[in-house]
Amino acid sequence: MKKKIPLIKELNNDEKPTIHLPEPLEDFLPEKILPKDLLRESLPIPQISEIEVVRHFTNLSHMGYGVDLGFYPLGSCTMKYNPKINEEIANNEYFTDLHPYTPEELSQGALEIIYKLGEALSKITGMDKFTFQPSAGAHGELTALLIIKAYLRDKGENRNIVLVPDSAHGTNPASASMAGFETIEIPSDERGLVNPNILGKYLNKNVAVLMLTNPNTLGLFEKDILKIAQMVHDEGALLYYDGANLNGIMGYARPGDMGFDAVHVNLHKTFSTPHGGGGPGAGPVGVKDFLKDYLPVPTVEHDGNKYYLNYQVPKTIGRVRTFYGNFLVMLKAYAYIRLLGDEGLKKTTEMAVLNANYLKEKLKDYFELPYPSICKHEFVLSR
Amino acid sequence: MKLVSLFPTFYTAYTPYQPEISQGVLQSIFEYQSLICDLTGMEVANASLYEAGSGIAEAALMSVRITGKKEVIASSGLNPEYISVLKTYLQAQNIELKIIPLDEKGETDVDFLEKNISPKTSGVIIQNPNFFGVIETKLKDIEELIHKNNALFILSIYPISLGILKPPSEYNVDIVVGEGQSLGIPLGFGGPYLGILATKKEFIRQIPGRIVGETIDLEGERGFVNTLQTREQHIRRAKATSNICTNEALSAISAAVYMAILGKKGIKKIAEVCFSRAHYLRERMQKEVNLEITYPNSHFFNEFVIKIPENSENFLKKLEEKKILGGIPLSKFYKDRDKEILVAVTERNSLEELEYYIKSLKEVLKKN
Repeated sequence: MKKKIPLIKELNNDEKPTIHLPEPLEDFLPEKILPKDLLRESLPIPQISEIEVVRHFTNLSHMGYGVDLGFYPLGSCTMKYNPKINEEIANNEYFTDLHPYTPEELSQGALEIIYKLGEALSKITGMDKFTFQPSAGAHGELTALLIIKAYLRDKGENRNIVLVPDSAHGTNPASASMAGFETIEIPSDERGLVNPNILGKYLNKNVAVLMLTNPNTLGLFEKDILKIAQMVHDEGALLYYDGANLNGIMGYARPGDMGFDAVHVNLHKTFSTPHGGGGPGAGPVGVKDFLKDYLPVPTVEHDGNKYYLNYQVPKTIGRVRTFYGNFLVMLKAYAYIRLLGDEGLKKTTEMAVLNANYLKEKLKDYFELPYPSICKHEFVLSR
Repeated sequence: MKLVSLFPTFYTAYTPYQPEISQGVLQSIFEYQSLICDLTGMEVANASLYEAGSGIAEAALMSVRITGKKEVIASSGLNPEYISVLKTYLQAQNIELKIIPLDEKGETDVDFLEKNISPKTSGVIIQNPNFFGVIETKLKDIEELIHKNNALFILSIYPISLGILKPPSEYNVDIVVGEGQSLGIPLGFGGPYLGILATKKEFIRQIPGRIVGETIDLEGERGFVNTLQTREQHIRRAKATSNICTNEALSAISAAVYMAILGKKGIKKIAEVCFSRAHYLRERMQKEVNLEITYPNSHFFNEFVIKIPENSENFLKKLEEKKILGGIPLSKFYKDRDKEILVAVTERNSLEELEYYIKSLKEVLKKN
């Protein structure tokens, strides 16, 4: 498999013909209209033929590994099968050629998909309303933290601390910094869990939010979550759910019911959209009712007859990106949810948890198992 | 994205954290970075950001980190959605944002900039061509003002226009950002797109997000890896240059395929086709339809603003009945500009379509 492939610039040959393109109109060429000092003299991009480009990238695509080649046992970053039907739907030209500023009456289908995906995710997570602007998990974290910050500021509070467990993904503290917060890490106990007694020492009136993932990054369910939620809320802080991966609980437990106030979910993890060698993803954020006036604009609404974009969100944090989010990714996630239905989604959770525990039992004699209790969709081995 | 759907091991691959099984993705992203450097004239590019709005915000934050100052100036020639995103990001970290108006030619008002820039300014953001399609002709003066105040020059570009326009490096730009959608990425109702970020070598440690670098493996062969990772969130956590982790790698690879297929001649030609058809259309609108143009004496690339005698949304509805989406009403962003429409022409608008557009404009105007 190991071979060396030249770089495009090493294949460069200025004599090569270019692909067939329309000709510019002679009377309106830039050099006849623009002053010379606005124009570039040369463009150093290599010139190679189309067949060479196709061969080049096909060869490169063979020097890699993806879900379509085999098993990908990568913990929290679920690498599940990317159904081909999703790709086919998302490559449909009625979606790919749809301009984001197409008038609402001509983009009802796309708006309906965003709206209904929001409803489905609300049902799955126990939240009240979703925004799809966040384009990845970290972007979702930032968006949710800005919403929480705006909410607290409206209450006249300038809380500046974000608490995260020591096992948290590195994006949690990085997002906290971008939202203008300071991060304090709380140690996990010997079970690998957040311990209410330890948490109690860190909670005070400066704490804005506790960011948690449940099951946590060790694959363990935070058994004391209801107590934790109570403690956080009693102190006037909010509880944020890093829902990068819902495979351990989907259909069985909901962050909203556990007391979480805001969540993000990664469509490129739980909801089968491909990881694309690093992206694009989508990290939609769901909030409870009391936070929905802070969501980024526009939100997608339905007035009983038609879908529309609402720019009049009273206390909005503003935009976190252009347009409405990674729509073609949403489309794939929506197809997946509709294809599986309620029962199918529950079954994926059962399969994930049973398979992970089966594998853990099979492997525990060969590795050290730091946390021997029943896991959710993932577990930790070391040696 | 349609281009890369041909290659399943690209789109079903995970983030290339394990370089030994990810050389294809890594080299492809490296090729993308190199092609962006060729296009912009800059020395380094990153592996992608989400899209242009958050990309501009990241560039502004980069200028704050590099200069240690907390005041950003942006031209109102920026796409209004970019300005909204910028406000959200800067407000979170208590960074001041000043907006510079345009002059009567639709270009950034240099006198106003001169009065408002100071040694406290960390970065100035200009878009070229700007949101109204106008080519900024005083970038040299703007550059001098910026660097005299020890601030950074951030330029938002439209990649295809660089097929003919002077590259940002020749204006001594410090950070180039831009929307990469026009590099072969489908419209897709707004995403996924591609946030371009390129800069000078001296600022490499302040770049947000992943960068792929060239290296030599144990057997002395060339290989590619994610590099300078101590900037990133998975190592630096709260002190990272950004929180970005998942990016738009597949869009970047798609853009690389697109640029490679076109090559220098193709990109120049596409730019010329966009430019010439837009100028042709505008001239016919002026001469045959008697439409007023908002900035008639300014240079433009492939977009321009027309004035119509009635409310733009009503007017566009009438064109819609003739199966034409006739442009973007400026009232969508500027309440008082309710009789103006932003028109764009690209290589995907055939001459027959332009003819039909002219004919329809005449019919709609006659009815009024």
